[in-house]
Amino acid sequence: MTSAMKNTLLFAAVFAMIPVIAHFQGWNAALFVLNMGLISAIMALGVNLQWGFAGLFNVGIMGFVALGGLAAVLVGMPATPGAWQAGGFGIIGALLMGAATIVIAIVVAGRMAKGWMRSLVVLAILVAGFMIYRGLFDPSVEAVEAIEPALTGYLGGLGLPVIIAWPVGGLLAAGAAWIIGKTALGLRSDYLAIATLGIAEIIIAILKNEDWLSRGVKNVVGVPRPVPYEIDLQNNTGFVERAAGFGFDAVTASTIYVKLLYCGLFAFVLVLLLWMAQMALNSPWGRMMRAIRDNEVAAEAMGKDVTARHLQVFVLGSAICGIAGAMLTTLDGQLTPGTYQPLRFTFLIWVMVIVGGSGNNLGAVLGGMLIYLMWDKGESIGLEVMEWITAGLADGSALKAHLIASAAHMRLLTIGVLLLLVLRFSPRGLIPEK
Amino acid sequence: MMDLLNAIVALSNFVIIPAMSYGAQLALGALGVTLIYGILRFSNFAHGDTMAFGAMVTVLVTWLFQSWGLSLGPLPTALLALPFGILGCMALVLTTDRIVYRFYRAQKAKPVIFVIVSLGVTFILNGLVRFIIGPDDQRFLDGERFIISARTFKEMTGLREGLAFKTTQGITIITAVIVVALLFWFLNRTRTGKSMRAYSDNEDLALLSGINPERVVMITWLIVAGLATIAGVLYGLDKSFKPFTYFQLLLPIFASAIVGGLGNPLGAIAGGFVIAFSEVTVTYAWKKVATYVLPESMAPDTLVQLMSTDYKLAVSFVILLIVLLVKPTGLFAGKAV
Repeated sequence: MTSAMKNTLLFAAVFAMIPVIAHFQGWNAALFVLNMGLISAIMALGVNLQWGFAGLFNVGIMGFVALGGLAAVLVGMPATPGAWQAGGFGIIGALLMGAATIVIAIVVAGRMAKGWMRSLVVLAILVAGFMIYRGLFDPSVEAVEAIEPALTGYLGGLGLPVIIAWPVGGLLAAGAAWIIGKTALGLRSDYLAIATLGIAEIIIAILKNEDWLSRGVKNVVGVPRPVPYEIDLQNNTGFVERAAGFGFDAVTASTIYVKLLYCGLFAFVLVLLLWMAQMALNSPWGRMMRAIRDNEVAAEAMGKDVTARHLQVFVLGSAICGIAGAMLTTLDGQLTPGTYQPLRFTFLIWVMVIVGGSGNNLGAVLGGMLIYLMWDKGESIGLEVMEWITAGLADGSALKAHLIASAAHMRLLTIGVLLLLVLRFSPRGLIPEK
Repeated sequence: MMDLLNAIVALSNFVIIPAMSYGAQLALGALGVTLIYGILRFSNFAHGDTMAFGAMVTVLVTWLFQSWGLSLGPLPTALLALPFGILGCMALVLTTDRIVYRFYRAQKAKPVIFVIVSLGVTFILNGLVRFIIGPDDQRFLDGERFIISARTFKEMTGLREGLAFKTTQGITIITAVIVVALLFWFLNRTRTGKSMRAYSDNEDLALLSGINPERVVMITWLIVAGLATIAGVLYGLDKSFKPFTYFQLLLPIFASAIVGGLGNPLGAIAGGFVIAFSEVTVTYAWKKVATYVLPESMAPDTLVQLMSTDYKLAVSFVILLIVLLVKPTGLFAGKAV
């Protein structure tokens, strides 16, 4: 069997699962899984760029995804009336002031001669800058958060079409990745892992606590959509008639129609990114990347700037994760900072890449779809398995109750075991690198 | 004069004592990370969850002892259960080493592969701990709560500020001193300890002089299990036992180890205290201390808190970034970058 045939069969098998789910749980559930699978595949593509092409270990995917989600809010939501006048400009001014302080401190540190004088001056600049920053920042934040805290209490967004948020999410993630990469790349490989672990936790902490920006744990709901609302479709007589023509009632038809539209949008982005990643992989740039991955010393001897190339690919991969994050928030229609868990948004993506086949874009896409499917259906299957295991125990026994209640945590365990098994016995994944 | 004394007491109560005990916990955690790094040469992401596992076994044994009515009087029963926790944790790390890490060691895999594998182990442990004890907060502290309570201190001294010294803080600091002393005695004075340091400095040379690498690795894991369990139990006693917090401890622990210089035990201890003191001072509201020290006209009307406690992770992160930018080998020159 040729590899092309095998790959086609693998993809066919994954896509064949969609009608199976539809058969048991309806087309709505099946299309939901498909949409999430497409988004997961995009994330996997981004991580594959970092790990598969360049051997960079990013433990902060969750943070970049969350930044994408923030972009959806900042671009898509309407601006809160009066918030900008109340404190928005003050906040922006304070942030610029803070950034200026850091820049001035760095410049001064670079100009002055080493010694206690320099340390003292830099410290004084930082302290004074911080005082001014807080003096500007705090009252503005208070003013913004005081505006109808139950409904808004945040700056809101630009009120632009939410599709624009997708590339913007990529840009935000790229910016964060640049800062991290600039500090941690070029050092030991572990340092990038630790630094990305940190930035992800901090991005989530910011989203949870800076209410003026993202409403914090109060969540932003009702992010505008790029597709029509179900209720509008149901009130549209033309749509209802057409649906009836196919033998659907209006409610089912409208929900499926909306999901299909999303599916088309996501598939378009995925195909576009996949095409770009494939072109990159097979270009001289891609060959250089793999050469650097396989032997950094030799590549450096050939005159390649390893650190700069690593930074480049790290930023690109993170940007793709940011795009996927913005798409995810668009699909959900809300930003809920509390739901960003490292297991779901960092670790699962890793499993997708490694199971699918690191270094192979098609493999990453396949892994993304397959693992999401297993993840989504694993929850109910895990519960059933646990009920089956405990069937012999007496009803009402403490052990049985504990086991069934703990079934949810089995996912952590299963995914961890799966990763270790694949790494050990099939490290090249389902669709290996050519 | 009185004001100055009050200020010092308030500072000790809210900053120095908590930071000392937190620093001791971080130092113990960072010692484990740094030992693994020195001997096995990778950053062990599973360390936080190893701590959680050891602490969990201790919690379970503590509950058993409590149900038997065993206790240490004023001291927490957990101290009695600690050896069992360490044994459980040793069994765990030896199993993971045998099943998981040994294969990659034999292959001489790249460090980054070890890191990924350790992340896999992290999630298995994470799932295991939650499966056994659940994801919620667990209480297992008993015995006397305070060595000195705020009220007794006020009565004793007549000061306006109270100084509370919790039993757990006292135990943390004393245990940490004992453990660190034992560890350094072991590394510097015993034959096995010396062979470990030799192996860490130069693997090939150590092999040539007849040091058995598998034995060195095994002893390292045993020590790390002990350190991790002690750190985990002390943290759990001082704050509370919740599985997820141990995963979050990973960042300050790594930051401590890197600030001190990865692979350098002395650095790990210094790093632990640097991180703990920065975290506590940056997130502490200085209003009270400032009101005592400054003249009345200059007394602050805000909290004088540099950052809210929600961002304490950010403190260790920023320190980590600065160290990576300025001196990537850490303050105490750890292993090569």
